[in-house]
Amino acid sequence: MKYLGIDPQKIKIGVFNFTCCEGCALALANKEETLVDFLDLLDVVTFREISSDRGEDYDIALVEGSISRDDEIERIKKIRAQAKVLVALGTCACYGGVNNLKNQFKIEEVVEIAYGKDKVETSKVRPLSDVVKVDLEIPGCPVSKAEVEKIVVDIVNQSEINFPEYPVCVECRRNMNTCVFDLGMICLGPITQAGCDAVCPNGGVGCLGCRGPAEDANYESFREILEENGFTMQEALERINFYNALPGMVIDES
Amino acid sequence: MIYKVITKKEFKKFVNGLINSNETFGPRQVNTAKDGKPIYQFKEVHSFDEMELDYTLSYSSLKNFFLPFREVLSRYNFTDDNWEQEIEYRVNPRVIVGVRACDINALCKLDDIFVNGSFPSPYYIARRNNTFLIGMDHLPMDDCFCMSMGELVVRQGFNLFCTDLGDRYYLSINSSKAFNFLRNVKTTDPTDKDDRQWLERRNLIKRSFNTTVDTSSLPNLLDIEFDSPIWEKWGDKCLNCGTCAMVCPTCYCYGIEESIDVSLKSSRRERFQHSCTVVDFAEVAGGHNFRPSKEARLKYRYYHHYHGFAENADEQICVGCNRCGRNCLAGINPKDVIDDLLMEKTDEV
Repeated sequence: MKYLGIDPQKIKIGVFNFTCCEGCALALANKEETLVDFLDLLDVVTFREISSDRGEDYDIALVEGSISRDDEIERIKKIRAQAKVLVALGTCACYGGVNNLKNQFKIEEVVEIAYGKDKVETSKVRPLSDVVKVDLEIPGCPVSKAEVEKIVVDIVNQSEINFPEYPVCVECRRNMNTCVFDLGMICLGPITQAGCDAVCPNGGVGCLGCRGPAEDANYESFREILEENGFTMQEALERINFYNALPGMVIDES
Repeated sequence: MIYKVITKKEFKKFVNGLINSNETFGPRQVNTAKDGKPIYQFKEVHSFDEMELDYTLSYSSLKNFFLPFREVLSRYNFTDDNWEQEIEYRVNPRVIVGVRACDINALCKLDDIFVNGSFPSPYYIARRNNTFLIGMDHLPMDDCFCMSMGELVVRQGFNLFCTDLGDRYYLSINSSKAFNFLRNVKTTDPTDKDDRQWLERRNLIKRSFNTTVDTSSLPNLLDIEFDSPIWEKWGDKCLNCGTCAMVCPTCYCYGIEESIDVSLKSSRRERFQHSCTVVDFAEVAGGHNFRPSKEARLKYRYYHHYHGFAENADEQICVGCNRCGRNCLAGINPKDVIDDLLMEKTDEV
């Protein structure tokens, strides 16, 4: 395949899974209408959800999941050493994600409740950037395949990679949704980075902030809005802690 | 303009006739707000009874029917040594029923830009020419201020406008298309009683306004108040979420995006609705942002609405629907901002 008469260079990728549900890797295998074209841009070296081939000579590592065990630290360091570019794929990789809920409790308690007698070794959940250098973060739970496609096309064409800087509200209003606050519920959309096409508010559910903060997010004003709408900070924190992707909203009481 | 009177029963027959042969949109309830109030949007309708013509005002404006939030302006198909451009602005004939005066006047302002301006938009013109607009008056909501903006009355930009006289409508017919369509149903010439009732209805609407915005000092006031601390006060509240501009019937600023399809065999150029309150609106190559602060971004929206357009085209671009104010989570609204600016100078004197 040529682009304007030039053969584009295929991207040699490896997809890797850490502590997560594997949903981001599966998201890459979705959107069937353009899947063939998408895979045509890639030289898949290792990607266990779609191929049984295993190789080591990938250039770009797409890594999903957070770090929650010591053996994961070893493994991510090896991947970092091999990859020219390491991409954190999804909210778990970028922020810790849902797994982060565990960090609110004592590790021994968590292990006891989850595994009973069959104890496993586990530690506090961390985003990839706590352990290795991350070159690009693609947030989302799961990642938006459309956004990943756009990024891959940008890489192939050596164009600049851009993410929306504005909050989810822009996309939500473009979709002509009723504001979730008007329906009497909390929504983190006003402080969360867009790019998801407001998928949660489209379904009448408040945003949980999986994509992390919008540029120059106005936390102070948002706190006042929560109060005016009759929500406590505790209620807001329950939503924020779900993904732990909006640290700016959390006031350190200590 | 030609005036006729039509019974509501006959009007229903008339509109159902239009619905049967055209894509038709009308006000429908889409949700109930937490305060129990219905939320309306213009949606496709398949029969007259699906519409709620006693609605207050639609949540979003009509703007996106003419300036979609996102639209493909052109497509490019690549071959090995060449490329072709494809442009299409075909729009099927469509009807929108129950449009409020503010929304019609807003379209007239967009016409000034996209039809009569220096760079007419064939995309906008195609949509505008192929849309049959039936306007309808209404009693203002508590925070409507179209009368202050001089946008209470419609003069042009619609096909048919209905004034509600109880069991019948007083019709202002503003196009030959509307006149010809109406031949299929029974209408009568207005009697003296109809004329009197029409005037009574107009006066009732005028008397029903609870909100006034003093625009007599605009746009000069904005020149004088460019560095006012009022901008910081309201800017600090602004979420830069773009909601005001998305629901506004006249905010027309846009961005252009070009993207290559995954197949690498084609690409497209898209126009998307932007907003000066959004953080990257004034960002240019190299990452420089001409409006780096919240207050600067919010201020420029007010300047465009009440200053820039007023100076260039001798009119405010705001029609006083207050959708921006009603939908702003932070409570920023034209009435309070303009009042603050006026008060600020009054206090200093």
